[in-house]
Amino acid sequence: MNKRVLLLLFHPRFETSLVNKSLLNAVSDLPYVRVHDVYEHYPDFNVAVKREQALLLEHDLFVFQHPFYWYNFPPLMKQWTDLVLEHGWAYGRAGNQLNHKWVLNAVTTGGVREAYSHEGRNRHTVGEFLFAMEQTCRLCGMTYLPPFVVHNTNRMTNAEQESAARLYRQMLQRVSDAQFDPLMAASSPYLNDLIN
Amino acid sequence: MPNEFLSLGVIFLGAALVFVPIAKRLGIGSVLGYLLGGVVIGPYVLGFLHEGEEEIMHAAEFGVVMMLFLIGLELNPQSLWNMRKSILGLGLSQMLLTAIPVGLAMRWGAQYGLPQAVVVGLAFAMSSTAIVLQTLKEKGLGNTAAGHSAFSVLLLQDIAVIPILALIPLMAYGEMANAEASSGPRTTWSSALTILAVLAGIYLAGRFLINPFLRFIGRVRMRELFTAAALFIVIGVAYLMESIGMSAALGTFMAGVMLANSAYRHELESDIEPFKGMLLGIFFTAVGATIDFNLLAEHPWYILSLVTGIIFLKAVVLAVIGRFAHLRLDQNILFALLLAQVGEFAYVVLNTAKQYQLLEQTPYAMLTAVTTISMALSPMLLFVNERFIDPAFGVKLSAETPEEPSPEEMPHQHPVIIAGFGHFGSMVGRFLRANGVHTTVLDSDSDRVDLLRKMGFEVYYGDATRLDVLKAAGAENAKLLVCAIDDREAVLRLVDTVHKHFPHLQIFMRAHNRLHAYEMYDLGLEHVYREHLHTSVQVGVDVLKSLGGRSYTALRKAQEFIRHDEEALKKLGKERHNKDRYILMVREEIAQQEKVLAEDNKFFNVRQDSAWDSEPLKEEST
Repeated sequence: MNKRVLLLLFHPRFETSLVNKSLLNAVSDLPYVRVHDVYEHYPDFNVAVKREQALLLEHDLFVFQHPFYWYNFPPLMKQWTDLVLEHGWAYGRAGNQLNHKWVLNAVTTGGVREAYSHEGRNRHTVGEFLFAMEQTCRLCGMTYLPPFVVHNTNRMTNAEQESAARLYRQMLQRVSDAQFDPLMAASSPYLNDLIN
Repeated sequence: MPNEFLSLGVIFLGAALVFVPIAKRLGIGSVLGYLLGGVVIGPYVLGFLHEGEEEIMHAAEFGVVMMLFLIGLELNPQSLWNMRKSILGLGLSQMLLTAIPVGLAMRWGAQYGLPQAVVVGLAFAMSSTAIVLQTLKEKGLGNTAAGHSAFSVLLLQDIAVIPILALIPLMAYGEMANAEASSGPRTTWSSALTILAVLAGIYLAGRFLINPFLRFIGRVRMRELFTAAALFIVIGVAYLMESIGMSAALGTFMAGVMLANSAYRHELESDIEPFKGMLLGIFFTAVGATIDFNLLAEHPWYILSLVTGIIFLKAVVLAVIGRFAHLRLDQNILFALLLAQVGEFAYVVLNTAKQYQLLEQTPYAMLTAVTTISMALSPMLLFVNERFIDPAFGVKLSAETPEEPSPEEMPHQHPVIIAGFGHFGSMVGRFLRANGVHTTVLDSDSDRVDLLRKMGFEVYYGDATRLDVLKAAGAENAKLLVCAIDDREAVLRLVDTVHKHFPHLQIFMRAHNRLHAYEMYDLGLEHVYREHLHTSVQVGVDVLKSLGGRSYTALRKAQEFIRHDEEALKKLGKERHNKDRYILMVREEIAQQEKVLAEDNKFFNVRQDSAWDSEPLKEEST
């Protein structure tokens, strides 16, 4: 049995993002993946909390696919987190609804991988920029996997785009497989590295 | 004589009702059905018609006149200009390449005089606009390459009728002058001047007179009056033209072109269309009834060889032209066979020539018989092409040629239709326009239409609840229709028409209030918008803010409230049917208000605003 995957897409201008489109296209046909285009549902940021919570309960693995703006995810994703992960439901003494579910970020960014290192111009890794997200997941009792990252999106050739999309599909197939052990992945900085 | 009128009506309509469905069922097209019906009721089979068919022909020819008016309406001067290349290139070469050999054959082969040869050549170069357009429409071939090319050729022919008809009297006077019989009613010059004056008059009237006139009529808000006005324009122009000895068809065509940019185009179109269809049907029936089988029996081989010869010549010329226009083989065969018949304008030209004594009775009868038979053969040629020739090439016509027609040629291809352009509809339209979405707007207030057009909106005067108006506005190809009509009865009719005839067309409905919204949901609509919902809640938001509330919280409350209200609307709308349906409107309104308030209370009771709320955290930490 595969894990039931909820792919939460957060992109304020999805229509112009070739990379995010090809990533999404590469996985949307997998039978156990449900795509949830959040900006399309809540353009007014008026997130329907109960509906979102019900959706989360139906799945085991949450993939947050989003671009990186100012070293962070787009604002609706923060709004969504604030509203949906309610006290007493997701965390707190009685909040255990998300326990043992898995989370990973699928990030697209214009910077190259070398820039996202301690020696590079961004001075931190992508994983470090996502520390807050990681800790949020831990607080809710979830397992946080390393991110899947597509770098250099502004200068990608078609072939590179296609191979990134293929890698994304392989990664999702691998991670959602019942045999997959998250501890194995914990040591690699990117999920990408696990597949290559 | 009412008796005769009634009996003619019964005969003609009866023939159409019997034979057209049979022809359609057999897949040979309605035109052949009308012709067959005409032959059967004619003097040689059942003999219902014997005398007076000449007059029927005259009445029926008016169908051709109306058809030209409608063609003119489709073509504003701009789109005519855009099509000039194919009209001139295809059309002119077809006219000349057909007329010259035919004329030569007549001059040297049949020993006709020069004017006669010219007349016959030009007459036989004409194809049948009525048959071809009807066929294109019925078989859905209008958007194929062959269809476009055929339309261009027909258009040039239609226009060419005008100078041809002007030429005949000139040639006739030439003849008479030779014979020293210059007792012509007018001299050439003064008649030419009259003609010019009348054409200028039609031009000016089309530009400056007819629009205000139609606006005036539209303001009376009576449908039949508008129909009367439309008929008046067509008949009036035709009468004027005939009275100065010009082609009525030309005049109405011109009037049509002049009105093509008018706001009233769709309405005129849909008013004239049924008359045109009927009269053309009668015209074809009359053509069938007037086939002179005696003549055919006397000279069978002569007539048949003429028919075969002319069809063959026309088809070959067309195929050559089509080849130069880079039509693919299957399209080219269709193009050639579509236009290979001699058309109704041949009657007009030949008849005029006869009136000016250029043609004697016997050759006239012979030539009209050739025309008629070639027209009767035309649907059969297409039938043969469709069944045997085309499948042999293994190409499907319409599917294989996904040609994008240019927007000038296809003015009604906008994806969105807005019905009603008052305060509500115009906001929708302006917003869509600001985002590059083109809309076809229908409104039935003639003053408003006029004003909006002055401000650059593409608005048409028309009753959007009518099937034909919707069709003219392009409902068949549009994706969705925004309904912002005030009249509730009209809205019901509109929804009914759209559901029946354009099931693909999504309706976005403006509802006046809650009860109206219920009705719309009951009709199965999904997109229903109450016009006061957002505005009134927005007032509430601003009141909360001026009472000291924070903006974002007020906004969130508003969003939440609107969501709650939409859900309550759908829920109560369903429950409503369990109750007695005969409660008076007013009582129902009050009852509904009560239920809405009850729903609100439930909403207040269960609602908890936990967004950015630290209270539970504080409780937990103590």
